[in-house]
Amino acid sequence: MSKKITALTGNEAVAYAIKQINPDVMAAYPITPQTALVQKFSEYVADGLVDTEFITVESEHSAMSACVGAAAAGGRVMTATSANGLALMFEIVYIAASNRLPIVMSVVNRALSAPINIHCDHSDTMGARDSGWIQLYSENAQEAYDNTIQAIRIAEHMEVRLPVMVMQDGFITSHGIDCVEFIDDEKVTKFIGKYQPRYPLLDVNHPVTYGPLDLYDYYFEHKRQQAEAIKKSQKVVVEVGNEFKQISGREYGLFEEYHLSDAERAIVALSSTAGTAKQVVDELRAKGEKVGLLKLRLFRPFPYQEIIQALSHLKAIAILDRSDSFGGFGGPLFTEIRSALLESEKIPQNVNYIYGLGGRDINQVDITSIYADLENIVKKGKVEERIKYLGVRE
Amino acid sequence: MANLKELSKKKVLLTGGHRLCAGCGASIVVRQILSSLDDPVVVGNATGCLEVATTIYPYTSWNSSFIHNAFENVAATISGAEAMFRSLKKQGKIDKEIKFVAFGGDGGTYDIGIQSLSGALERGHNFVYVCYDNEAYMNTGIQRSSATPRGAWTTTTPAGKVIPGKTQYRKDLTAIIAAHNIPYVAQASIWRWNDLVEKARKAFYTEGPAFLNVLSPCHRGWRFNMKDTIEIAKLAVQTNFWPLYEVENGVWKLNYKPKERKPIREWMEAQGRYKHLFRPENEHIIKEIQEEIDKKWEKLLVICGEK
Repeated sequence: MSKKITALTGNEAVAYAIKQINPDVMAAYPITPQTALVQKFSEYVADGLVDTEFITVESEHSAMSACVGAAAAGGRVMTATSANGLALMFEIVYIAASNRLPIVMSVVNRALSAPINIHCDHSDTMGARDSGWIQLYSENAQEAYDNTIQAIRIAEHMEVRLPVMVMQDGFITSHGIDCVEFIDDEKVTKFIGKYQPRYPLLDVNHPVTYGPLDLYDYYFEHKRQQAEAIKKSQKVVVEVGNEFKQISGREYGLFEEYHLSDAERAIVALSSTAGTAKQVVDELRAKGEKVGLLKLRLFRPFPYQEIIQALSHLKAIAILDRSDSFGGFGGPLFTEIRSALLESEKIPQNVNYIYGLGGRDINQVDITSIYADLENIVKKGKVEERIKYLGVRE
Repeated sequence: MANLKELSKKKVLLTGGHRLCAGCGASIVVRQILSSLDDPVVVGNATGCLEVATTIYPYTSWNSSFIHNAFENVAATISGAEAMFRSLKKQGKIDKEIKFVAFGGDGGTYDIGIQSLSGALERGHNFVYVCYDNEAYMNTGIQRSSATPRGAWTTTTPAGKVIPGKTQYRKDLTAIIAAHNIPYVAQASIWRWNDLVEKARKAFYTEGPAFLNVLSPCHRGWRFNMKDTIEIAKLAVQTNFWPLYEVENGVWKLNYKPKERKPIREWMEAQGRYKHLFRPENEHIIKEIQEEIDKKWEKLLVICGEK
C-alpha cells in the first residue's frame, strides 16, 4: 500500500472525500466554519472533476429540501452545514430520516446562537440527536475523511436506508492543518459501490407517493419501523468499519478505547477533545497512573451495551459534554451514559463536565485536572458535585 | 391546441376518489394542467388541501411519481428531483424525457414558500411551478394570506365591529415572479380551460423555469354554492379582478379583454365572504376596491402594449 500523507485542513479533507465519492447531487449553502468545504467542492465542480449537479441553494432550509427531492428521485446525495444552518434545516432533517433517504451530511460543529458565535461546540448536532440521523463524530481530519466515505456505505445499506451526519470540530479540525492519508480514487469508488435506488421518483413507470398524510392509524407503526432501522445500523457501522480497514489499514468501531481496559479512572469525550485527552493519558500513564479514555464515534444509534462493557470496570468516569441541555440533568452524552450504566451490575462513580461552549479552549491542564478530580472522587467514594462547568468564569 | 375530446383521452394522473371537497377548484386546476403533457411527470406538492386530500395513507390518488416534503419548500424539493434527473441524464443513466411540476396553494407560494420559490426560479431549474390560488389558508380553516383580497372575511380577518375583514390589498405575485425574468409566466383561469391548457403546455415545453398562477375558487372559504365554481372563476376574469395574461421571455401579453368590464360588486355579491361590505358604513370600501382594480387594469394594458 502506497502511503501518501497530505497536509491539509479538515474542510479540505472532507471536500476531497466528497470529490472521490462523486455524488449525483450536492445541495449546500455556505456557513462558517463549513464554508471552505463548499468552496473547495465548487472548484471541483467548476473544473469538471465530478459528475455532481451542485445546487447552490439560497438557504440551508432549501439545501436539505433539495436533498430530499434529489434522494427521493433516486441517486447519491450529499450536503454540508454548521450550527445555525443545521438549525434552519431542522424540520427537513427529520423529514429526510423519516422518508428513509440515505443522504450524507458533513457537519462542522459550531455553537448555536445567541449570542452569535462561530466557534466549536456540539450544541448544533446534539440538538438533532433525536432526528433519526446516524451520527458519527470525528477526532481529526483523517477521521472526518474516513467517516465521510464510510457514511455512504452505512446510509445506503439496504437494511438501514437512513441519513448519516459526519461531524468534525469547527476551526479546531476544519481549519487546522493536519496530516491526512487519502485512499486511491479507484479503491474509494469500489468501496462505496454503485448507488442502488429504492422506489425512485424517476422510475416513472412505477409511480410512488412520497410524504403522504399518515394519521393515528399508521404513523406509529412507521415510527416503530424507523426505530428498528436505526437500531440495525449499529451492526452495519461495525461491518463497514471492518471492511474499511482492508482498504485503509485504519480501524473504526463504535468507539475507541485508549488505555481503557486496565484503567481505574477514565474520561469519555467526543471529537478533537479526545486527541488532547490522549496526550494527557500518555503523560499520566508515564507517571504510573491508571487512567484511560473512551472516545465515542457513534452517538446515534447509541451503543449502550458495548459502552457498559467498556466502562463498568472503572472506579470513576468523567463524561465531557461540549453542549448543555438547558434545564436537564447534565449534558446529552452524560445522560445517555449514566442511563446506560444503570443496566450494569457495577456502576462506576460518574461526573459530568460541560466545557468548551462557543469554542472556549480545553487544554491539557484542564484535562489533567479532571483526572485529579476523579482521583478525589475515588478516594472519597462519592461525587460531591455531579454536573460541573469546566473553564468558565463564575 | 387539443380539443376537449382529445384531452379527455389523456392518462388521468390525479385519479378520482380523492377527498377534496365537491366543487373544489384545485383538482380542476391540476387535471387541466396535467392534461397538457405528453411526457411523464414528477409532481411535487406543498402541504395544503391538495396534498392532504389526495394522499391519505395507505391510499394515493396520484398516478404519477409524487413527492410531498413540507409546506414551504416544494420549489426546492422539486429542484432537487430535477437536478438528480439532469445529473443522471448527463451520466447516461437515464435517457427518457421527464417533466417536473410543483403545486402549491397561495399559502405555500405567496407566503411561507416564496423564498424557496424565488431561489429555484433564479437557479433556472427546468420545472413548472403552479400556484392554485384560493386566496387564503383553506387547509387550516380559511385564515388570511397575502393573496386574500382586501375586504374579504377570513377567520383571522373576521368582519368585526371595528375592522371590516382584511384591510390590505393582495400581493401581486405574478408580477413578482415576472421580475425574476424567467422564460414563462402566466396568470390563468379554470373558466378559460383552453387558455389554461395552452399555457400549461407552453410552461412545460419551454426550457427553464415557468410559473402559472391559477385562481382556484374555494366555496368553503369564499362562501358560494359549490356548483358555481366555474361561474365564480368566470366573474373574476370578467370584472378584471383576475386578468389573464402571460409574460413570455419578458414580453407581456394580455390574453383576454372583457367586452365590457363588469363591476366588482357582482363578484363580491356572489360570495358570502364580502357580505359585510354591503353594510352602508362599509360601502366606501367597495368603491375603493373598484378604483384599485381599474387602476391596475389600466397599468396592465400599458405593460401589455394595449394602450
